[in-house]
Amino acid sequence: MQWARPIGNRSGRGVIISPELGHVALIIALCLALLQSSIPLLGSYLGVQRWMRLAHSLAIGHLVFVGIAFGCLVTAFMLDDFSLRYVVDNSNRSLPTHFKFSAVWSAHEGSLLLWALVLAAWGAAVAIFSRSLPLVFSARALSVLAMIAVGFGLFMLLTSNPFERTLPFPPENGSDLNPLLQDIGLIIHPPMLYMGYVGLSVPFAFAIAALLGGQFDSAWARWCRPWINVAWVFLTLGITLGSWWAYYELGWGGWWFWDPVENASFMPWLVATALMHSVAATEKRGVFRSWTLLLAIFAFSLSLLGTFLVRSGVLTSVHAFASDPERGLFILIFLSLVIGASLLLFALRGPAMNSKSAYTGAAREVMILTNNFILVAAMAMILIGTLYPLVADALQLGKISVGPPYFNFFFVPLSLVLMACLGIAASSRWRHTAVDVVAIRARIPVVLSFLLGALLPIPLGIWFSAAEYSIIAALTLAAVFWVVIMSLQDVRLKAQSVPLTRLPAGYWGMLCAHCGLALCALGVGLSSAYDSQRDMRMELGDVVEVAGYTFEFSGLNETQESNYRATRGVIAVSQGGRSIATLTPEKRHYQSGGQVMTEAAIDAGLTRDLFVALGEPLGGNSWAIRVQVKPFVRCIWLGGLMMGIGGLIAVADKRYRRRKKIPSMKRNRLVEPALEVFK
Amino acid sequence: MSPRLALFVPLIVFVVVAPFLWLALDRDPNELPSARIGEPFPAFSLPSLKHPEKLLNTADMRGQVALVNVWATWCYACRIEHAMLNELALKGVKIIGLNYKDNRQEATRWLNQLGDPYAFSIFDAQGSLGLDLGVYGAPETYLLDAEGIVQYRRVGVLDQRSWQREFAERYQLLVSSDVD
Repeated sequence: MQWARPIGNRSGRGVIISPELGHVALIIALCLALLQSSIPLLGSYLGVQRWMRLAHSLAIGHLVFVGIAFGCLVTAFMLDDFSLRYVVDNSNRSLPTHFKFSAVWSAHEGSLLLWALVLAAWGAAVAIFSRSLPLVFSARALSVLAMIAVGFGLFMLLTSNPFERTLPFPPENGSDLNPLLQDIGLIIHPPMLYMGYVGLSVPFAFAIAALLGGQFDSAWARWCRPWINVAWVFLTLGITLGSWWAYYELGWGGWWFWDPVENASFMPWLVATALMHSVAATEKRGVFRSWTLLLAIFAFSLSLLGTFLVRSGVLTSVHAFASDPERGLFILIFLSLVIGASLLLFALRGPAMNSKSAYTGAAREVMILTNNFILVAAMAMILIGTLYPLVADALQLGKISVGPPYFNFFFVPLSLVLMACLGIAASSRWRHTAVDVVAIRARIPVVLSFLLGALLPIPLGIWFSAAEYSIIAALTLAAVFWVVIMSLQDVRLKAQSVPLTRLPAGYWGMLCAHCGLALCALGVGLSSAYDSQRDMRMELGDVVEVAGYTFEFSGLNETQESNYRATRGVIAVSQGGRSIATLTPEKRHYQSGGQVMTEAAIDAGLTRDLFVALGEPLGGNSWAIRVQVKPFVRCIWLGGLMMGIGGLIAVADKRYRRRKKIPSMKRNRLVEPALEVFK
Repeated sequence: MSPRLALFVPLIVFVVVAPFLWLALDRDPNELPSARIGEPFPAFSLPSLKHPEKLLNTADMRGQVALVNVWATWCYACRIEHAMLNELALKGVKIIGLNYKDNRQEATRWLNQLGDPYAFSIFDAQGSLGLDLGVYGAPETYLLDAEGIVQYRRVGVLDQRSWQREFAERYQLLVSSDVD
């Protein structure tokens, strides 16, 4: 049977049965997940090897069926199957093909399906790459992952089925994809972000498996590390892409808004970053064990909380395109079960905290502790800022909204302190680093970075015609140079004892990520210090000068694309008589929703972006036009990219690929001693 | 505290915090449980955004069915809804702006650039009127009848869809009863 064959052909409209296949595939996937969440776990307690081994094949089967469901939904979009409610709401015949594809995950139901697909993919990856781990451990971890999959599978089938039909009278055409989302950024941003969000489920599952088995040694930490790194890389790239998308697509030149949904992705990132560092200490020195477990639980809980905030409509945000309190209740119950159960398990089985310190001075352990403290404090302050309106409302303290000033007030100083510590951290040693040695080593970099920080704003100010000396720029530059100089100095010192090629990939990854952070901070600091912006009324032929660049409004024309009509302004940019770029910002009118979108035009450069957006027509040939010169804004995303690359380099470290044969003694130790009799 | 007991701290914190999220669900801001519905617009005396010397008060809110739109330049979603407001104003809907916790200069610039759909904007720099009104965050839109009684409230972006679903009918009804 042809699975996508139209059945019934009344009035030329076909009905395609692949959605039913997708629906069935989802149900089968749920059943497989149910099996995977119970049998291997039982097997691990009863000591039945065969039951435990089942986890691996079930995980791959689960991926196959979720994959089929996803493929069916993609097919429905590609074939304009308007008998599906979800397709009607988010697509349109005139939508270009690549946007039909990305429309699959543009709203609630499809995003969930993508979530489920990504979770299944991570599960299958664990099944494939965990062959060298003790069977009891990997079986338990896969069971935990399957429990999460059961939760999401039920959620999808009960409250948000993407395969819901509009039969018997499907509409002729759909209501179109939100124009804001018709963009290349949307094709890659959500999948990246979900890979990161959901990727945190793997360290979570490992943490739960460790709690169940009582094993928290450095071997456990070593198994976790590559997974944490990969998830973190995806999260980093996802957030970076999101910020870049907001910058050029939302049309007014901001790149971060402290929007609840952005916060929802930023909080897991902060905790994942903390986790990535503390798990290193757990592996190398066996310290912070309970803290690492707790971070693994929190990182995943926060990504679930993010899903809750985005999907329940509890907080309003531009991202919350579809929200529904009933769904919110489901996620909340699920969230409480996951967090409550894992924290209970942690309380009962967690390793007792070791109060005697095995490290002194500016040892790496101390630096990691500081790092964790700052990152978690930043996370807590964002969490409070995001949830405070809810809490205040519930306690009848009056309704309060928290804006960017609050977040910046806390976040800017915290970041500066973080960077100050980061400079020392890279060159610290485990166990003991004498403070006075650090002080001597840091002397020249401190002087150099403060000098550069204090002096460089002067030429920069002239370059971007700033009115006054910028303290923000000076502080940023000092912090950035401090990190970079300290990193370089450390490489130089290390090179004296070991050839550089012998240094492990993990070390280079760390340096790359740290310098990425510095680059990102450079972009943030300089673009906010030297940003110049003019909003003005311009008539055809008008010329304006901003930060040394001349902008001429030289033309205006109308164009018609497949699903929108656009008014396009032509703005010629020159500097000192030399032509630099011709920018064509647009005002788009989307036919099917009647929505108007501002499409900014950007001339990108490493040291500055020229940004022009069309405002409103002001009658005749005059328009409100916004012109911005944003120095070094690219560095923000380049820095993010560099951090991601750093994470990847660290994953490539050889020692994660070394597969040790696990002695059978060790395997047995993981089985509950009392249950050994069952074997 | 013994180290063993310390492990319970995260669980306890979670148990304390979780009910708030649950309560928040009940108070879903998009669905509105505003205490203000059916009550008059709170009394206030605040300057106009464009004419700082002119003081506005509750009397200015009466006389015609109107929308009150809470907006601010720091509000990310307000910009998205602005085109919709312009369109509504063109159709003859009276919209009163409540410029919430904002900077006068930036707010004026915003209106010059994006167009001014507002009959007038109340400049509420301290957010005092917002507090009385129970503003949750910007953007928010209230529907007022000709007597200045709050009839409906929406939290979040006002777009084509939400206008059709939530406002259009109520607005027409109020306008026609006003004419009678």
